[in-house]
Amino acid sequence: MHEFTYLGDAAYRRPDPQAPDALEAFVEAVHTRVNPAGIHEELWYHGSGCRSWLKVRRDTRTHEIHGASFANPETTR
Amino acid sequence: MRYSGFSVFMQALNRHKGWKPTWRDAAPKPSYDVIIIGGGGHGLATAHYLAKVHGITNVAVIEKGWIGSGNAGRNTTIIRSNYLLPGNEAFYELSMKLWEGLEQDVNYNAMVSQRGVLNLCHTDAQRDAFARRGNSMRLHGADAELLDPEGVRKLVPFLNFDDARFPIKGGLFQPRGGTARHDAVVWGYAHAASERGVDIVQNCEVTGFLREGGRVVGIETSRGTIRANKIGMAVAGNSGRVAEMAGFRLPIESHVLQAFVSEAIKPMIPTVVTYGAGHFYISQSDKGGLVFGGDIDGYNSYAQRGNLPTVEDVCEGGMSLMPAIGRVRLLRSWGGIMDMSMDGSPIIDHSPVDGLYVNSGWCYGGFKATPASGFCFAHLIATGRMHETATAYRLDRFATGHVIDEKGVGARPNLH
Ligand SMILES: Cc1cc2nc3c(=O)[nH]c(=O)nc-3n(C[C@H](O)[C@H](O)[C@H](O)COP(=O)(O)OP(=O)(O)OC[C@H]3O[C@@H](n4cnc5c(N)ncnc54)[C@H](O)[C@@H]3O)c2cc1C
Ligand SMILES: [Zn+2]
Repeated sequence: MHEFTYLGDAAYRRPDPQAPDALEAFVEAVHTRVNPAGIHEELWYHGSGCRSWLKVRRDTRTHEIHGASFANPETTR
Repeated sequence: MRYSGFSVFMQALNRHKGWKPTWRDAAPKPSYDVIIIGGGGHGLATAHYLAKVHGITNVAVIEKGWIGSGNAGRNTTIIRSNYLLPGNEAFYELSMKLWEGLEQDVNYNAMVSQRGVLNLCHTDAQRDAFARRGNSMRLHGADAELLDPEGVRKLVPFLNFDDARFPIKGGLFQPRGGTARHDAVVWGYAHAASERGVDIVQNCEVTGFLREGGRVVGIETSRGTIRANKIGMAVAGNSGRVAEMAGFRLPIESHVLQAFVSEAIKPMIPTVVTYGAGHFYISQSDKGGLVFGGDIDGYNSYAQRGNLPTVEDVCEGGMSLMPAIGRVRLLRSWGGIMDMSMDGSPIIDHSPVDGLYVNSGWCYGGFKATPASGFCFAHLIATGRMHETATAYRLDRFATGHVIDEKGVGARPNLH
């Protein structure tokens, strides 16, 4: 058990299942990744801390963290 | 140069002064029939089989660093064909057969050692799953033996058998599995391909693609433009970067996996052992070092180095399985960048761009696949059709629902 748990790319948005191109949109959303070598916006869960979801900006080439904010903009603490 | 017992004897008389480089370090020509991007095991194996099986020798392997500087030279060298799913097992068994004839085929000692691979189980449910996997393996012509605790004890008596939480209930053993010396595999394929006329070009980074009428007709590199009608990419952890240059995206995330080697000790571990209750696997190299590893670190990375929480995790796994290794000192550790696919299985297919072929998605298990990957990728590039054992490795399977998810965890690369 580690303090933080990784979910992945923060860009994920659930597509509209009613849209005419819903099938392609879901395949894209679930399986396709930008996978950048550089700045990556990603979701981490602070499980053994404040138990909030965080959006972290991290460089995948160096692991350097360039900032973090609450994933839910309404969280203030 | 041909290697034989006789040539070693003759060189010994001459104090080994007469050895020549085993493959030719070529300068790039303006054009080739086929370009392979990536001088890892898969790229070099592809070039070898293109030349040997399909007679296509006007081929260049383009490598940005030195050959084997990627995952081919960083892995823990385990080879096995102990998969469950039909799309996988036939392919990995083809690879195992190619390993068995590799050294004669490429005329190079790759130290292929069939010392066996033992997966341990710690619950009844796990043993049931092993029985099923073993049956699947045997149906595909591979070898598998389900061992009871006594059988495991005979093979590796020094394990923590009667642990209160994770007692060892048996194991699935593949006697034909084992290890191979990873850099000798790279040099062996390079040797054989080079002998047949393939150009191996190092320190040459691919930076873009040359296009005409929608298809790729060449590559831009740090050493100039090189043209070819067919281009194969076998760049493992850099698949996302190279696909981006060609204008498409893949169902791949790049993640770091670490490996560890201890100081050399006397022979202790006669086979490859994997822990079933934690993430830990271990073997002993011929030099005596214990070679071990565990899980990927679990976050996107191109850094070729991991972090300490995973080091702790791996060592805890080792201590819980094999307390005897607690006094052994760690010598080195390192990381490599895995091309983690969304279902944990590879892709060998046409890319969305005409003229460009994709070989990717090997996750942490592509070393054992090196021969079959090269064999099937060469077949695809030469004939335009997938090899019969690799038909499941389609790029469109993520859209059609034919994913090959050995672990059943879904599109979460950090859980594979
Ligand atoms: C720590 C670790 C342990 C592992 N253990 C095992 C194991 O026990 N068993 C197993 O089966 N597998 C294992 N693997 C996985 C296995 O090593 C890989 O799946 C396999 O090596 C990938 O294929 P490759 O050899 O072609 O990759 P690589 O050797 O990574 O080859 C890709 C090459 O492409 C080059 N390249 C990238 N971008 C460019 C560019 N733009 N231009 C030119 N060249 C480029 C790179 O420099 C690299 O040399 C392990 C991996 C790691 C890191
Ligand atoms: Zn927090």
